[in-house]
Amino acid sequence: MTDVLHISIPEKTERIAVFGGIYSNHTALQTALIDAQNRGAERMFCLGDLGAFGPHPDRVYPLLHDHDVITLRGNYDDSLARGLNDCQCGYLDTRDNHFARLSYRYTFFNTSDENKIWLGKLPEMVRFRWGARQVLLCHGSPRKMNEFLWESTTPDQFLHKLFVDYDADVIIGTHTGLKWSRTLASGQSFINVGALGRPENDGTTRVWYTLLHNVDSELTTTFVPVEYDYERLAGEMREEALPEEFVQTILTGWWTTCLEILPAKERQRGKW
Amino acid sequence: MTTANTNATSRCNNNPPSVALRGLDELWFQVGGTLCNLSCNHCFISCHPRNDSFGFLSLEAVKERLRESVQFGVKEYYFTGGEPFLNKEMAEILSATLEYGPATVLTNGTVFTRRLASRLQAIAEASRYSLEFRVSIDGYNAEMNDPIRGASTFEDAMKGVALLVDSGFLPIITITQTWPEEKTVEVFEQFVNVLKARGYSRPRIKILPTIHLGMEESRSRAYEDDERVTPEMLEEFDLDQLLCHHSRIVTNRGVAVCPILIEKPGAHLAATIEGASQPFPLEHNACFTCYLYGTICSNTGAALADTDR
Repeated sequence: MTDVLHISIPEKTERIAVFGGIYSNHTALQTALIDAQNRGAERMFCLGDLGAFGPHPDRVYPLLHDHDVITLRGNYDDSLARGLNDCQCGYLDTRDNHFARLSYRYTFFNTSDENKIWLGKLPEMVRFRWGARQVLLCHGSPRKMNEFLWESTTPDQFLHKLFVDYDADVIIGTHTGLKWSRTLASGQSFINVGALGRPENDGTTRVWYTLLHNVDSELTTTFVPVEYDYERLAGEMREEALPEEFVQTILTGWWTTCLEILPAKERQRGKW
Repeated sequence: MTTANTNATSRCNNNPPSVALRGLDELWFQVGGTLCNLSCNHCFISCHPRNDSFGFLSLEAVKERLRESVQFGVKEYYFTGGEPFLNKEMAEILSATLEYGPATVLTNGTVFTRRLASRLQAIAEASRYSLEFRVSIDGYNAEMNDPIRGASTFEDAMKGVALLVDSGFLPIITITQTWPEEKTVEVFEQFVNVLKARGYSRPRIKILPTIHLGMEESRSRAYEDDERVTPEMLEEFDLDQLLCHHSRIVTNRGVAVCPILIEKPGAHLAATIEGASQPFPLEHNACFTCYLYGTICSNTGAALADTDR
């Protein structure tokens, strides 16, 4: 059963920061946390998938704890917490699943029991009122943790149904690793915050998080690029003998794996 | 996450379980009817050039259902046949659909012209939503493909793929598995090599199981009596694996349960989508294939499936 954590935030809160999948990129997370603080974020959230892809998964947890980041349970976290033998990423292709297995196995064996227990206690969704708006945070979609909501395959009427079914004015998710947002004529907004874990298949090494700014009932979304020490991360990945394909994604900004799940428009923008 | 069979109601042990429509994620259109320029010997609805038991859907008929689909929050639209591009209104139909959401066309790839491909490119670029093509080719060379799909169909389909690729598309090549399982890796690799050699540098490939209906009954075999879904099989089963749990298909004879069963009695449910939302009994042998392989008809296959089942 889906568990939703209802929280309240101070009425005068103007800025919140939301991080998508971290995929063990502790270097980018560290940079993003400082950046968000410098930009005046009063609350910080992480939408889950702390592990995968990158090195030393346990290095992410103290950063989240030290900065009071309210964290959701993504599919990866759910698998680690329950000791499943699969990351529930939702890939279909044999090659994609091969790399997903390598990364999951590494993350599973390098995540402490204590952290796995903590992941199991995380909520699947977080809900709060922000001014006049009901905000719902989730990992993939409110109806399914590992549902991919891509910009080019998520029609307005589908979003409208989510807003009605889940009684929300703003729904915020991640899971795809690509940022996008849309506001319907009704004023309701869906925001995919992107991911801190790896670049977004655009040939640059930047990763992204999202700042939300709520002043005088105007909600604005800012996608914030994060320039971080990607060479250090790539070095650690090689030291840990993670697949060179993953390292190349960090160094070049082009996805080399997990490609087959991309819809046409998103796939056409990439190199591979 | 949706698990278990909360929406499945077993009638009794001797009867098939029924599956409720939990929502309409995909709306299909039998836009080409049963008319096809090919006569493949594994076609599960026996489409061929003279099979007009289902006719083309008109642009107006498609638009009417598109308008109706909005209230259900449809996420994706699919077009099949027969051969969809035998329908002269197909380009306009796609243009209209892409105002509502993403569209996927299942085609045999043999009827594309450069002019049509360019037009489709313009239509795709004008929309915020993805336009996908799934091109059916059943072998990585003519010797493997043509005995199944007909003389010269391998070359004709590969030309269609090249036209789509030249127009910026990344068609998904769908291959029906007519070979023994142990050869799958070899067939897949050969396909990749052939497509790359012909200029498709990052081919997308989807392998499908055969459905033992229509022409395929005589090509390989019909279903056995015990190849059926029972209520027990749905215990702890993720119903999202079944297309009828989240999809319906519009034909020129009304709205039916799924693309596989349109020729079966009982598969036609109503004239409108709203009328076709009743639960559907999994009484057909083909439901067993869907049960085994997941939502084989969708691009995303089992992407929504719970992997802990």
